[in-house]
Amino acid sequence: MAMLWPRMLRGLRRPLTDPAPAAPEATVAALSERLEQAARRRLGRSLAIRHVDSGSCNGCELELNALHGAVYDLERFGLRFVASPRHADVLLATGPASRNMVEALLRTHAAMPEPKWVVAVGDCALGGGLFAGSYAVADGVDAVLPVDLVIPGCPPSPTLLLEGLLALLGAQREPPPAAPPPRAEPRLEEGPEEGPEPPDEAGAPGPRMERDA
Amino acid sequence: MTGPASDLIRAGQRLTPWRWWLDPASWAALPAALRQEPALELLALWAEARTVHAAFRLGPELLLASVAAADGAYPALSPARPGAILFERAIADLWGLRAEGAVDARPWLDHGAWAAARPLAVQGQGGGAAAAPLPALPVGGERPQPVFLPAEGEGVHQVPVGPVHAGVIESGHFRFHVQGEAVVRLEARLGYKHRGLIGLMLGRTPRAAARYAARISGDSTVALAWAFAAAAEAATSLVPPPRALLLRGVMAELERIANHLNDWAALCGDAAFLWPQARLGALREGVLRACDAAFGHRLMMDRLVPGGVSIDIAPSGPDRLLAALAVVGAELPALRRICEEHASLQDRLAGTGVARPELVAAYAAGGFVGRASGRDFDVRRDLPYAPYAGLEIAVAGAAAGDVEARLAVRIEELARSLELVGTLLARLEPGETLLPLPGKGGEGIGLVEGFRGEVFCWMALDEAGLIRGLFPRDPSWLHWPLLEAAMEGNILADFPLCNKSFNASYSGVDL
Repeated sequence: MAMLWPRMLRGLRRPLTDPAPAAPEATVAALSERLEQAARRRLGRSLAIRHVDSGSCNGCELELNALHGAVYDLERFGLRFVASPRHADVLLATGPASRNMVEALLRTHAAMPEPKWVVAVGDCALGGGLFAGSYAVADGVDAVLPVDLVIPGCPPSPTLLLEGLLALLGAQREPPPAAPPPRAEPRLEEGPEEGPEPPDEAGAPGPRMERDA
Repeated sequence: MTGPASDLIRAGQRLTPWRWWLDPASWAALPAALRQEPALELLALWAEARTVHAAFRLGPELLLASVAAADGAYPALSPARPGAILFERAIADLWGLRAEGAVDARPWLDHGAWAAARPLAVQGQGGGAAAAPLPALPVGGERPQPVFLPAEGEGVHQVPVGPVHAGVIESGHFRFHVQGEAVVRLEARLGYKHRGLIGLMLGRTPRAAARYAARISGDSTVALAWAFAAAAEAATSLVPPPRALLLRGVMAELERIANHLNDWAALCGDAAFLWPQARLGALREGVLRACDAAFGHRLMMDRLVPGGVSIDIAPSGPDRLLAALAVVGAELPALRRICEEHASLQDRLAGTGVARPELVAAYAAGGFVGRASGRDFDVRRDLPYAPYAGLEIAVAGAAAGDVEARLAVRIEELARSLELVGTLLARLEPGETLLPLPGKGGEGIGLVEGFRGEVFCWMALDEAGLIRGLFPRDPSWLHWPLLEAAMEGNILADFPLCNKSFNASYSGVDL
């Protein structure tokens, strides 16, 4: 028994993993409004993320990969990167939308099941940043897909990334501050098992897939 | 040092101490002369509107040769230097100049989606026409598919991978030809991330364009910004203050340490050896946080600018850095021993992905890729520049050229960089850290040792001090073809290991 004490004391050292950062309340509230009840029920407190590098300098990838490690331990929050868009709730894009990646962005997004969100990571993902106006970029990811959340920074630190992603989770967990008004937009076709739920993402802003039309 | 090819270059019209203008006939004679002078290494090949430039290294000397591509064509160098292949393909896509007799004339960066074809073909345009609409994705259809080099044999089939990969990595396409489990041929098709960087940088001052240089490849932001700044400073005859040069060295070594830790961790992860991956990742995080405390940015982006450094080290910076590096130094021997002695890890690394020394020499591949295949070259030692000049730079090396050798070289470099940071910090004296860049014309070269190998940058400024011509060359240009060659005969499942052991930059080549 006495032999156990040193081991237990060692175990009580400060853990390597950082404490969880708080999600910014304003972001959570804004996201909650966008989120439908249906999505909240279906996803629970977990998000599967499909990363697409749409033309980054790879700085954002370095910080995203740091989230995997023991220090940030992304998965303790129910957040995880997945290999297939078929398994993903969130398309997380880094970099401006290079024209050579537009098709891959659209196809990845189209392969994801509803409900789905698009998170634009980095200063150039929204509007193209430094790279706006180049013959080779379609400016930001927002020019190609409807962006729900922007995590700014060049690159955003892992802590900032976590805060942003936790805001998405927080938006799912908490009911919106006020009951969202019924939407006037045309409804998507819903299967009978879905019941009389509001449509998914019908109100999402952005020129969603408009280039296909 | 002389030889048929270097003599041929030096017989041209000398424009600067290191650049010669060749008439088309002399340039056309280059490939044959190059075959007889293997020591003349091709560093880079690029263009301006209607002009093609090549950079070579002969021992401690750099030689640049230029030729007019009057009819939109110039004689190819790729028959004599395989490293020229990707450059020639990029030149055709960006500047619209055709390499006659080229080994490979397929498009490279241009996938048919840009707002303008041959965006840099007209001098001074900087690749305009961005407002053109995006080409529509054919509904339910396929774009014309790229042509890949063939592989023949019974049961050969293709495995396409990317541009979107399974993990969090950069975008690029890999086309494997596989027979059974063995890879018969791998071809990397890049260009997905092309952002038009050169076009965006032309016509700006070096200070304004430095933000782009820092984002050519984020993991090498310090090294690329340094080569860019060195070219600008050489063009304007500016010598940055000593304190700035020492801080540049500190940042470059920190970048090397962080990346070596990161890729060592990832290699362990790819071989399902997870404890070192977790531990090395935590050590790297400690280094990045110290970088943040010392320089205000985890990757030290935009800290190294033409004229010096944009921010002095924080008063507490040296102590924070030394403390973080001391933790790495204390754990390094044990982690190294574990990785070297663990049979299940060695089983995956040893003998995997061999880059043959003769091929590495033909490509003149730099960094740990070259050094792990017997190419003993490090700019810090062989073409020394401040603050490394006068320092003892021990260069790690190996001969096997496999994944294990590349990792072993990196671990050795990591240990030496830990010492170097201490040496450089100890030499810091109070003083200026940034000088204004004179707004005048000129031409300069930068060559610095990044974590991947030597980063080359050529810059020409017009009379107003604006960038007229530019080519930043990441070492990855010469690493990608070697990765393709190293995969031959390996099993597909070992590709992540091989790929990570090279860790070539996608964005650094896509530009």
